Order: sequence, then C-alpha cells, then structure tokens
Amino acid sequence: MTLSLSLSIPSPAEQIWSVGQLSTAMNRLIDGALQQIWVRGEVVQCKVWSTGHWYFTLRDRKSQVKCCMFRLNASRAGKPPADGTEVFVLAKAGLYEEKGEFQLVVSRMLPTSAIGQKQQELERVKVALQQDGLFDPARKRPVPAYATTIALVTSPDGAALHDVVTVTRKRWPCARILFLPARVQGDGAAPELVRALKLVNRIPGVDLCIVGRGGGAREDLAAFNNEAVCRALAAVQVPTISAVGHEIDISLTDLVADLRAATPSAAAEIAVADRGDAIRLLDDLSIRLASGLTARTRLAAARLGRSADRLHGAVEGILESRRHLTDRLAAQLDALSPLKVLGRGYAVAQDASGRVLKFRGDFVSGEVFDLRVIDGQVRARVE
Amino acid sequence: MAKIDRKDGVPGLAAELARLEEIVRRLEADDVELDAALLLFEEGVARLRAAREGLAAAEVKVQAVLEEAGGDIRLTDLDG
Repeated sequence: MTLSLSLSIPSPAEQIWSVGQLSTAMNRLIDGALQQIWVRGEVVQCKVWSTGHWYFTLRDRKSQVKCCMFRLNASRAGKPPADGTEVFVLAKAGLYEEKGEFQLVVSRMLPTSAIGQKQQELERVKVALQQDGLFDPARKRPVPAYATTIALVTSPDGAALHDVVTVTRKRWPCARILFLPARVQGDGAAPELVRALKLVNRIPGVDLCIVGRGGGAREDLAAFNNEAVCRALAAVQVPTISAVGHEIDISLTDLVADLRAATPSAAAEIAVADRGDAIRLLDDLSIRLASGLTARTRLAAARLGRSADRLHGAVEGILESRRHLTDRLAAQLDALSPLKVLGRGYAVAQDASGRVLKFRGDFVSGEVFDLRVIDGQVRARVE
Repeated sequence: MAKIDRKDGVPGLAAELARLEEIVRRLEADDVELDAALLLFEEGVARLRAAREGLAAAEVKVQAVLEEAGGDIRLTDLDG
C-alpha cells in the first residue's frame, strides 16, 4: 500500500504524538481556556459509588457532558439529585485521559430552585431591614479620625486578618487590633458572626469595628446577607465598616454598616490614620504654640512699655503741680516775711534773749539791745 | 472580664488634638492675659509630648478575643 501524504503536513518521521501526549495537550488547552466555570443543566443518572464519589451526566436540549463530583464536595452537596433536577454546578472542564472523555469535575452543586429561594429570601431580608431603617443614611456614623483600638470580625483562616494587620502596621503602628474569630461561610457562619458582633459591644475602649472576609464566590457571601448578622451589625455601638471582598455584588452588611470597603485592606486604609500625617500635624501645632506664646509675650511687653510711659507721665505731672504749689506758697510766705518789712526801712528791736521789744516799757534806760535791719543787726543802747 | 487598657495606644488622640487646636487658637488671639497664656503654653507642651510618645509605639498589637464558657472575655496576644 502506498502512503500518500500532503506536502504541507509533516511526515510521521518528523512528529508523531502518542495518544497520551495528545490527551495531555488537550487538557492543557482546555485548562488554559476555561478556569472554574458555572454550568447550568439537568442531572441524569447520578450514581453514588462506594467511594462516595458521584458520577452523573449534565444535559440540556442540545448537548450533554459527563460529570464527576468527588467525595468531599459531594458530601457537602447533600442528597444526590434525582433525575431531571436542574442545577448549577461549579466545575473545572477537562479531559479524562484514560477514556478520552471530555468531563466536568464538579466542586459545588446548587439546585436552581434553591437559588430562586435564596433570591427570594435575600429580597425579604432586604425589605425587612429597609423598613426598619437600617439602610437609612441618617443613621450612618462617621469613622473616628484617629481610631486606635479596632475590633475585627472575620475568619481565622482567611487572608482578611493578615491584610488588615499589614495595612495597619504600615499606616498606624500604634494601633491595637482585637480579632474576634468567626466563620464567614458555610453552615454556622451566621450565628458565629452574630456572637462575635455582640461581643464587640462588651469590650470597652473599641473605637471601630470591621466585619468582613476576603474574596469569595457569590454564594459564599450568604452569611453577610443574613438578617440576624445584619441586625447584630446595626446594633454594634461603635462605627462599623463592612468589607466583604467581592467586586461585583454588595452584601446587605455593606448597606447596614456605616461604611463599605471593597476589601479588608481597603477597610484598614479607611479605619486608621496615617502616622506621618499625624506627626506633621503635631509639628505644625508645636510651631503655632511657640509662635502664639512669643506673640503673646511681645504684646504683653508692649503693653508694659505703654504702662511705664503713662506712669512716668503721671508722676511728672504730679511733681510739676507740686512744684507750682510750692512756688506759690513760697511767694505768699515771702510776702508775709518780716524781712520784707525791714526792706522798707523798718527795724525790729530785740533784747539779748531775742525777745522783740514792742512797747516803750520794754526799753530800760542804759540797756543794750539789738536793732535788726534788712542787712543785719546794729547794737544800740537806750538813753 | 479582662480589662482593656487604653494606654496601649494613643488614648483619645482626636480629643488631644482638638484641645491642642483650641490652645493654639487662644494663644493666637489677643485677649489672653500673659499668666493665662503661660499656663496654656505649658498645657500645650505637655499634651504635645504625650501625643508624640503615643505615636511612637513601634508595633501593632494584635490580640484574639474569645468568650469563655462562663461568658468572660479572654484576650490572647497574637504575633500579628
């Protein structure tokens, strides 16, 4: 038999693939093209193996695909679905290389009816919370400018704690983070979140509360749409930030909290101040404090100077008026002085003891007496 | 119940800053007597020093808060 090959196709000698290589390459292609995806379809022939794995077919009107769900995930999904059940599955597409079959490895399965019920429940809770005013912008409290003690309600397993601590360490290293662990998804998450949020109110000195989780699939956010969780969050006595890491949806806790952050890291950025800014503010206040006192001292010195001037002026005035008075009194005294009389040519007779001799009887014949004239004394004798 | 000691952080830094702002504003006004100004200045310096010391804390403190069976609250230091 003659083998006829097109010139454009490499000959077998140049490149021959084994079936295994082909399957592996196909798997790589599929893996590169499709990460985890949600697929909707109808379950048929679900078989539960003794190992606990489920094998079933998912189909719609046009196509069908084989699926397997391993024991751990299957055990979380509840009972095996009956034939005809319409479901959403979260799955990874690939090639089952041993059989060369295209298949989905399913990690989660949700009946579409359950999704409908969940949506209805979400709407009910939303309306109830809205009617009670829990979304009211008027009840939103401002986040403190310098929160120091921060309560963080989140999972002990997720990245949220690490992210919040990392951001806080960088921005506000004098802060204190009180971590209240609670599961954030799965059964029991809601009661744990409620318990942790109630606990926040029993811790004195908390400035702010962050509740949240890192990124997750939409159905993983259920606890943050739970009515009891929302009401417990609303009852937290300090300002709250909801940080549920999901880019597309917002959860009801986002609407109830005083602030919403896209991620726990973003919540920490909002929650804590920047130490550099605070130090710069203190520096500014320090300068203003010193300048204020300097200005105040200068003002006081100027006032003191003015007071001294006024005091000096007042004393000068008093002295001047006293001087005038003295001069006047001196003039008056001068006018009354006996010396003035003497100046007009009169003389005063005085005996040896200085007694003024006023009357004739005061003069004894032969006695010596003094006559006081304007420029001195003259000794005289009575004859 | 375990006591939370506010001295661990910067207690009431917002209040400290608000008081410092008030002190500075009063000092910058003309109607304060010198004696009062000196007292305000001394208070301001003390508050500035306290605020700076509070900000100087080197490392974020991380503590886990757990409720014990009896309802008591227990704090456990974490590495952060």
